[in-house]
Amino acid sequence: MLDEQRTIAAVSGGTTPAGICIVRMSGNEACEIADRVFRGGKKCPRVQKMATHTLHHGYIMEGDRPVDEVLLSVMRAPKSYTGEDVVEINCHGGSMAAEKILTLLLSAGAHIAEPGEFTRRAFMNGRMDLSRAEAVAEVIASQNDFSLKASVAQLSGAVSREVRALRTQLLDELAFIEAALDDPEHYDTEGYGEALLQKLQPLTERLKELIDSAKDGSILAAGIRTVIAGRPNAGKSSLLNLLSGHEKAIVTEIPGTTRDVLEVPVRLGELSLVLMDTAGLRTSDDPVEKIGIRRAEEAIENADLVLYLTDLTEGLQEEDLSVLAGIRESKKPLVLLFNKKDLLDGEIPPEIRPEASALLEDVLCLPFSALTGEGKDALTAEIRRIFHADRFSDGSALAITSARQHALFQEALAALLKTQEGIMEGATEDLLAVDLTDAYRALGEIIGEETGDDVIDRVFEKFCMGK
Amino acid sequence: MLLTNREEYDVIVVGAGHAGVEAALAAARLHFSVIMFTVSVDSIALMPCNPNIGGSSKGHLVREIDALGGEMGKNIDKTFLQSKMLNRSKGPAVHSLRAQADKQRYTAEMRRTLEQTEGLTIRQGEVCSLIVKDGEIRGVKTASGAEYLAKAVVLTTGVYLNARCIYGDVSEYTGPNGLKAATKLSASLIENGIALRRYKTGTPARMDGRTVDFSKMQEQKGDERIVPFSFETDPESIQKEQVSCWLTYTNEETHRIIRENIDRSPLYSGNIEGVGPRYCPSIEDKVMRFADKDRHQVFIEPEGLYTHELYVDGMSSSMPEDVQKAMYRTVPGLENAKIVRNAYAIEYDCIDARQLKSTLEFKSIRGLFAAGQFCGSSGYEEAAAQGLMAGINAARLIQGKPGIVLDRAQAYIGVLIDDLVTKENFEPYRMMTSRAEYRLLLRQDNADIRLTRLGYAIGLISEERYQRFKAYEKTVNDEIARVEKTFVKMTDALQEMLSENGTAELKGGASLADLIRRPELSYELLAPVDPGRPEISERAAEQVNIAVKYAGYIERQQRQVESFRKMENRRIPEDIDYSKVPSLRIEARQKLEMIRPTSLGQASRIAGVSPADIQVLLVWLKK
Repeated sequence: MLDEQRTIAAVSGGTTPAGICIVRMSGNEACEIADRVFRGGKKCPRVQKMATHTLHHGYIMEGDRPVDEVLLSVMRAPKSYTGEDVVEINCHGGSMAAEKILTLLLSAGAHIAEPGEFTRRAFMNGRMDLSRAEAVAEVIASQNDFSLKASVAQLSGAVSREVRALRTQLLDELAFIEAALDDPEHYDTEGYGEALLQKLQPLTERLKELIDSAKDGSILAAGIRTVIAGRPNAGKSSLLNLLSGHEKAIVTEIPGTTRDVLEVPVRLGELSLVLMDTAGLRTSDDPVEKIGIRRAEEAIENADLVLYLTDLTEGLQEEDLSVLAGIRESKKPLVLLFNKKDLLDGEIPPEIRPEASALLEDVLCLPFSALTGEGKDALTAEIRRIFHADRFSDGSALAITSARQHALFQEALAALLKTQEGIMEGATEDLLAVDLTDAYRALGEIIGEETGDDVIDRVFEKFCMGK
Repeated sequence: MLLTNREEYDVIVVGAGHAGVEAALAAARLHFSVIMFTVSVDSIALMPCNPNIGGSSKGHLVREIDALGGEMGKNIDKTFLQSKMLNRSKGPAVHSLRAQADKQRYTAEMRRTLEQTEGLTIRQGEVCSLIVKDGEIRGVKTASGAEYLAKAVVLTTGVYLNARCIYGDVSEYTGPNGLKAATKLSASLIENGIALRRYKTGTPARMDGRTVDFSKMQEQKGDERIVPFSFETDPESIQKEQVSCWLTYTNEETHRIIRENIDRSPLYSGNIEGVGPRYCPSIEDKVMRFADKDRHQVFIEPEGLYTHELYVDGMSSSMPEDVQKAMYRTVPGLENAKIVRNAYAIEYDCIDARQLKSTLEFKSIRGLFAAGQFCGSSGYEEAAAQGLMAGINAARLIQGKPGIVLDRAQAYIGVLIDDLVTKENFEPYRMMTSRAEYRLLLRQDNADIRLTRLGYAIGLISEERYQRFKAYEKTVNDEIARVEKTFVKMTDALQEMLSENGTAELKGGASLADLIRRPELSYELLAPVDPGRPEISERAAEQVNIAVKYAGYIERQQRQVESFRKMENRRIPEDIDYSKVPSLRIEARQKLEMIRPTSLGQASRIAGVSPADIQVLLVWLKK
């Protein structure tokens, strides 16, 4: 629905995989919303206090976790592109980061901009010559056309089918409710709340899975940000070289050689990974190395996956355990590679210290050789498992999802959860229908379908109504 | 010598059904001279089909009609046989009042009211043509050759235009109940550029009550405490002995007879071309379309105290008479029943209401209005609602005042008319609560609060009633404020009352309102622990309970209404030339051109007009 009052946001300009992207937000609450996700340096004012037409350095935060390092600019009404308060966030991390930032802004209170809406607002607020109305209309019409096609096309056939199936189930429930409300002497709602609760359970689970898989999907599409961690000289750079197929990192016998984070895109079967080789994680007095170690910790924080290397000949040391404990705490997916298997004859199981077994529950511990490549296939299989890559090869997951679709899925889920909550609190069917309808509408928008008279049509189709 | 056969009035109403009487009453009460034509003065406000008023969503309409100063609510309060609030166990938005009517008394009471209304003339006669000059209505001509001139004409021809009643291979060119059909007006309408379509509906047989065995049916009684439709009816005055309805069912045998004779049904043989409503299927439709159901409900309802005749609700049909006799007799309790009147289907001419403005005036002919089944709706209540609005707007046109258009967030009447004039309908349109986006706000219990002020401003609500309404409204508001700010004392009596009602005991302070919001409690239940409670009417108490209990949902919908209204308030100029608006898609351009919406909000509800088209329009309007 068109609503001039709400604050809108969108990724602006092209969404090429690399380079700088701009996330733009416009409306009364732009600064307030920006404040909810932006953290500047010590001297940086709150966005609401920033002078107009100024640029500020800082981070976009998801809770306590930085998502991207950004430059944020504020242009207050009326001297802005749209004539409203505008906040622009220049982000680093390419389109994926931009989509992520957009998602954060949407959950902080912004609404996704309709295609062409910035232009339209600019026009409505007199920021454009009235003689350009025709051109503006043209832009809106074409952008709408393009974006609708593009966003629906992004969904695989399997996912659209699934969304349709979910919608059909909701429609059936709505139709039942409406039939029962309209013809109470014919259709009884006794015990219906319980039944509905049962039926909604698998639907919400499936929605959650789809949302999770959307996350997996975007990780897989952008490349799995993979940190290779381990004590100095555990063979991290050798692993990097093995996977990238050429010498990227300096490999020496001297512990602590790698002092910076190297980012290397590699292919692992069908998977693409962005490898981040780090300085060995250990306490160090060397100031240069110290910086490297801090970066490594940050890299783990920002990673999608951690490959932790340890020297099979040495086993897990105290230092390993403390770092592993930290990684486990971060809940990052982890694979433990016992490296240098080539130095050992035969299949000697790694000696895992007893206190490690609890720490490494559910973690695959893989004998490995970064030198010969032994264990590489098992590693690939494990990564595929972690990110549910199989779902994507058969198209049953959300391969790529835009922030718009993500927001809609979240909306649908929230509405279903609210329905369930309502049932537990004993809400009557007409109230439940309000939330169910919200879910139905949100799912429809994902596949580009309007709601119209669906419910009424369904009522007549499925229920024998009237006297 | 030929004498002049011409009369002049302010408003002419063509038809005296539920739409016609409301239109005539409204215009006359607004002090205009009105003549209302009917093919039979004995069939005023006739109920040729079901013997009840109200029901799901229709009850809402009746309350709204009442709040605006219409007659239907008052008339049924005077003439009902049984009353029931449906959906009481469900949310307040879908509580619906329904009353069984004494058909003869309903008609008689309405006629009396009409006859007592100053400036209202009732005239038997068939209107056969319109007098239109320069795109403006001037009056009508009757079959007798008389001319009636007026500034406004309201067409409420119901199901009488070129009506044909059908059962089996029998078809008779009559209106309902064998009444005379209006066969001449259609041609004149077409001549004046009005496009007609053909709809159909149907009615079940009527049985002789002396031949019905009620012992085989379940008795359906009315509510113990009867609630009136009208604000003006004193609840105490209508508590009375009620008449029962009876529930029975069809069975496999009924269905077998229907299936074996389905080729003799005019619906299936193609003898009926009109489009029937999906929500009111004939018994043969039910059997064929829902083959998995082994039985269908049948309600046996009284037609009135004046007769034994009974209405067989749930079994409308157009099967041949022999099949009807056989199939009705398979139903428990009807084994020996004698048919008084056959079931039949009726086909009639009506219009696609997209030819009308939201005021129900034709876009192409100034001063010509339409309402009721003629506009493609179905149901007495839908008809009455439109009739009232058409009557009001015909009067206002003459007064030179802007028309009254209720919006979708204001009333079911608004939803009804907006749907009719905006959306493409393929069957007789029936009101349903699910059609109202803001139904939590549009409740039957608050219709008076929503609309009485407007009714008063229009001039159809008396000063006396308006003052009484204001007092009532103040009572409600004061009491809501009081329960919100009154904190209960945590006494043993209170805790005991809470646990008796199956809800948690209080740990900390709570207002009365907090307690009312608990699903297990209500305003009424809290009376014993609320010593400061003033004495208020049932109606006010119900209002307080609902407003407090559902405040959260109500506020949510109110926020939605705010953005809805913004779009409604963006007016589209009447003279807009859509061919000049660039970048509209062709389909959108055609639809907009045809419907010519008055606001962006209305435009956005037209099928085939996308959000992008709306944005394009928005930009264009700014220019």
